[in-house]
Amino acid sequence: MAKAMTAKEVTKKVFNNEELFVLDVRNESDFNDWKIEGKNFEYLNVPYFDLLDGVEPILDKIPADKELLVVCAKEGSSVMVAEMLEEAGREVSYLTGGMKAWSEQLEPVKVGDLKDGGEMYQFVRIGKGCLSYMVISNGEAAIVDATRMTDVFTDFAAEKNAEIKHVFDTHLHADHISGGRKIAEKTGASYWLPPKDAEELTFEYNRLEDGNEVMIGSTKISIQAVYSPGHTIGSTSFVVDDQYLLSGDILFIDSIGRPDLAGKAGDWAGDLRETLYKRYKELSSELIVMPAHFMIIDELNEDGSVSEKLGTLFAKNHGLNIEDDGEFRKLVSENLPPQPNAYQEIRETNMGKISPDEEKQREMEIGPNRCAVR
Amino acid sequence: MNVTKVLDAKGLACPMPIVKTKKAIGEIESGQVLEIHTTDKGAVKDLAAWTESTGHELLKHEDDNGVLKFWVKKG
Repeated sequence: MAKAMTAKEVTKKVFNNEELFVLDVRNESDFNDWKIEGKNFEYLNVPYFDLLDGVEPILDKIPADKELLVVCAKEGSSVMVAEMLEEAGREVSYLTGGMKAWSEQLEPVKVGDLKDGGEMYQFVRIGKGCLSYMVISNGEAAIVDATRMTDVFTDFAAEKNAEIKHVFDTHLHADHISGGRKIAEKTGASYWLPPKDAEELTFEYNRLEDGNEVMIGSTKISIQAVYSPGHTIGSTSFVVDDQYLLSGDILFIDSIGRPDLAGKAGDWAGDLRETLYKRYKELSSELIVMPAHFMIIDELNEDGSVSEKLGTLFAKNHGLNIEDDGEFRKLVSENLPPQPNAYQEIRETNMGKISPDEEKQREMEIGPNRCAVR
Repeated sequence: MNVTKVLDAKGLACPMPIVKTKKAIGEIESGQVLEIHTTDKGAVKDLAAWTESTGHELLKHEDDNGVLKFWVKKG
């Protein structure tokens, strides 16, 4: 029997910049659309259905001195190919649960301390590039931009003996299904969303508005909401503990948000520019920016986290350094990357208008997030 | 359409629908048509790519209440 390698183990290899040879046996278009990314990973894509007669034709393309992982969509085909490779004398693993599991893997990383002794965690959804946050202070927790794998958050809070009091979404997401509402229902926490993104919401929520301050724990951890339209009309950023700027899908490490996923690229290009070039400029350059996504593996820090000083981003991020208004407008409204898979259905799910089953939700989220323009 | 053979691969997960398709197509003559029924959604792209790489022809496919049906002409 071929060995199994879990998505968690592969995540560790990504974080540690280890080497891995990935034989991806999905069809070519799925591979080209989305794959496991690692700085020191090498790839070979040969669909499993081209290997039914045997793996001999590809043996000389697979280095014998590298750790080998076979990957497919759901696991079945990678087990078949891994066993064939094993019979051919190769040492090989397959990815448990395939790309489906890879898309759902969430890894908590501690990203900082709060002034009162609390802690800040980032949850890295490595396969899809989504980032969620948990602020823990004095036995209480707040979660920002939770993914639909809600158990990871509730288990983590329980492990830390923290009660989840507030769940926020910085905006109505179009690339992934929010776990915010579910966590709030399960724990009794309040669910917050910017009202301008919530006009079509079918369930109760708390209005997240500019200047809102929410305390976590009994000490002074304030979550300050900063209205920052651009990616969506309601997009809101948070300043946590005067130290961290949770920038949602407005500002990323190596790119900026795209304003078109709710259908209004032209109208919102101006809002996005105003947010990035005026509102963010007024904030302290010492704030640590923690976005809701990363796009490329180079954006990961050494510990696997994704963050950078606001001042550094103003110096280095191309999207913050476009002087000409017309050029900026062009960047954010023309030649945009393809839209995320099923983004309209994802928005409707997040509004509570449709309730797809888990299998359907998985399928809707397949692929990268594509929330940015560079 | 003149179908020579029908393959029921419903309920089977990847890679079995294609493994069985390959076997079934081996049992018909060139120019004859194999009809395949599956519930594995991955089959849509995979069968299209497989027929292309093996020189068979995917005549059409449809979704019949969750059962995916394909008609493949042997090359």
